[in-house]
Amino acid sequence: MYYICIKLLIMKIGLFIPCYVNAIYPDVGIATYKLLDYFGLDVDYPVDQTCCGQPMANAGFENKALSLAENFEKLFAQYDYIVAPSASCTAFVKYNFPAILKGEHLCRTGGKIYDACEFIHDIVKPEKLPGKFPHKVSVHNSCHGVRELHLSSASELNIPRYSKIKNLLSLIEGIEITEPAKVDECCGFGGMFAIEEPVVSVCMGEDKVKNHIAAGAEYISGADSSCLMHMQGIVARNKLPVKFIHAIQILASGL
Amino acid sequence: MSTKHAAAARQFILNREQEQWHNETLWMVRQKRDNMAMRIAEWEELRELAGKIKMHTISRLDHYLELFSSEAERNGATVHWAKDANEHNEIVYSILKEHRVKKLVKSKSMLTEECLLNPYLIEQGIEVVESDLGERILQLMGENPSHIVMPAIHRKREEVGKLFEEKMDSEKGNSDPTYLTRIARKYLRNEFLTADAAMTGANFGVAQTGEVVVCTNEGNADMGTSLCRLHIVSMGMEKLVPDLKSLGVFTRLLARSATGQPSTTYTSHYRRPGEGCEMHIVIVDNGRSEIRGNSEHVQTLKCIRCGACMNTCPVYRRSGGYSYTYFIPGPIGINLGMLKCPGKYSDNVSACSLCYSCNNVCPAKINLAEQIYGWRQGLDSIGKADRMKKLMSKGMKFLFSHPALYRNALKMSPAINLLPRFLVYSKLNAWGYGREMPRFAGESFTSMWIKGKVKKTNRK
Repeated sequence: MYYICIKLLIMKIGLFIPCYVNAIYPDVGIATYKLLDYFGLDVDYPVDQTCCGQPMANAGFENKALSLAENFEKLFAQYDYIVAPSASCTAFVKYNFPAILKGEHLCRTGGKIYDACEFIHDIVKPEKLPGKFPHKVSVHNSCHGVRELHLSSASELNIPRYSKIKNLLSLIEGIEITEPAKVDECCGFGGMFAIEEPVVSVCMGEDKVKNHIAAGAEYISGADSSCLMHMQGIVARNKLPVKFIHAIQILASGL
Repeated sequence: MSTKHAAAARQFILNREQEQWHNETLWMVRQKRDNMAMRIAEWEELRELAGKIKMHTISRLDHYLELFSSEAERNGATVHWAKDANEHNEIVYSILKEHRVKKLVKSKSMLTEECLLNPYLIEQGIEVVESDLGERILQLMGENPSHIVMPAIHRKREEVGKLFEEKMDSEKGNSDPTYLTRIARKYLRNEFLTADAAMTGANFGVAQTGEVVVCTNEGNADMGTSLCRLHIVSMGMEKLVPDLKSLGVFTRLLARSATGQPSTTYTSHYRRPGEGCEMHIVIVDNGRSEIRGNSEHVQTLKCIRCGACMNTCPVYRRSGGYSYTYFIPGPIGINLGMLKCPGKYSDNVSACSLCYSCNNVCPAKINLAEQIYGWRQGLDSIGKADRMKKLMSKGMKFLFSHPALYRNALKMSPAINLLPRFLVYSKLNAWGYGREMPRFAGESFTSMWIKGKVKKTNRK
């Protein structure tokens, strides 16, 4: 069995399932819950949660996110950690909530929110995971995961190379891990960017999918369902031979 | 719905082959930059240091400007102060007029592009010859730069070959780069020999010594300044660095970031005019003082115009320099355009997926992406917000502020899957361009949680 710090077992974890994951990829939410529960953690899901407000803020309407941030603060006040299966939403709470709430009150959620992969890698630190995933998986290094949450070493920086997602996935038996050329180039989703600049967005997505497929991917996987959703739309339109799965779903595949 | 950038980008991408070529060519430059950056152990410290030196200099700009100008004058140069583009152009013209200059040979300068100097001087009857090869090609084509370091990067060598056939009588169908460079060199040699004055920009001004540093790969700045008795330097006032020691930080970063070379072929230090020669330095404000007082955007003044943010920008690579309405494209151009005139250049703010790659390559560590995010927040107040986005944001806020309503919407959303295709994939649905819609799950996570369907793991 893996070793878990006793302190962690008495911590209360609030699960944040971002709006689009809730509606489109509930299985990602279920996998996150199962995995955290498997580690023996006390996980709760406050049902009045909605959205972090990033879609509006990135579109230029940060003021529309204020009441959502306030609600979020209230809902998650009682938890020691907040865990969300989405690097981008996590980064938004972590880095943008403090500014949005400035002048209202101190932001308390920003300091305790973790992306699910980040939380498992940095806090839970499992040494083993059950299950097999005998497939070739290309890791999608999402921009906010890489350049805001530092889930892997950004390709632009001269720092030691690492990848938390690859570390975690390699715990699963039978998996073959690969990465695309231009390893952390944006896939072109970008929230409202996808509809304001649809042609550039789709062009970026097509290039990205091509690079994943060229890396031999059976599956494209990562910490952000939003990027996967955008690429999935392109794959479906062009009937390309590649499947999508959130990294957490692979990690929970043996549960 | 569409910004000017989005519309121009659509046009650019219509020629997918050209787009791919442009994308890959600039990516190659990004890779060359990476190779250089990874070979210097202290690269990240250098960037940190460069950013700090620039902020220090900008915060004490009055002191450093005075020091620079007094040292430059002590060296025998004449210093001029221009508050805006017009004043800059008038000063340059008055110097040229005084010296009865008929032909001016220029090395590359983005500041003179900013001031629209060339058309102004040509109107006054002065012959202006660009001597940087890329700039020369564009001048002959009647085009503007599409990139600040590689101005003609959007043109292929075959197009240059054709242009040279027409303008320089080169061999028909020969587009060999070495051959074309030789032809250009031969023609430019004559221009250098017959010019009356030379003009350069300035990559750096060293306050301690009053010298100007110009970095080129072609040696064209040196040809001009060595052959002419009159040298005019056009320098933005943010180009100052305190001393030669700090200059070393920037000369290590500039060429590596810009083109992936360890250094430019020529790094020329102009300290004093030669015997019987004159050197004039025009220091230009043109809005920079205002930026200095803008705490959210003051960091743009740290820019050393290396173009690394363009080479890495996934949007720039796929849309080309001309898709932006400001003369400087890419992440830094989006910001500088907004600082110049938000009402005029707000169309570029959409050209960013907030991937943050520009922040990571910037040798002066400018927070380019955060600034673009910041500009978006101000668009509504100047009446430039996209109506559709505003409507959607309002609707989302309403929905997400009412948890019960949100849960109801979650329940209803699977019905959208059943809508007929022509309704979903209309012209109004920009997502539908090139992408299928995601399918809503039969039951949301919240609903499953409430019904107790989200089960604990069976632990063995």
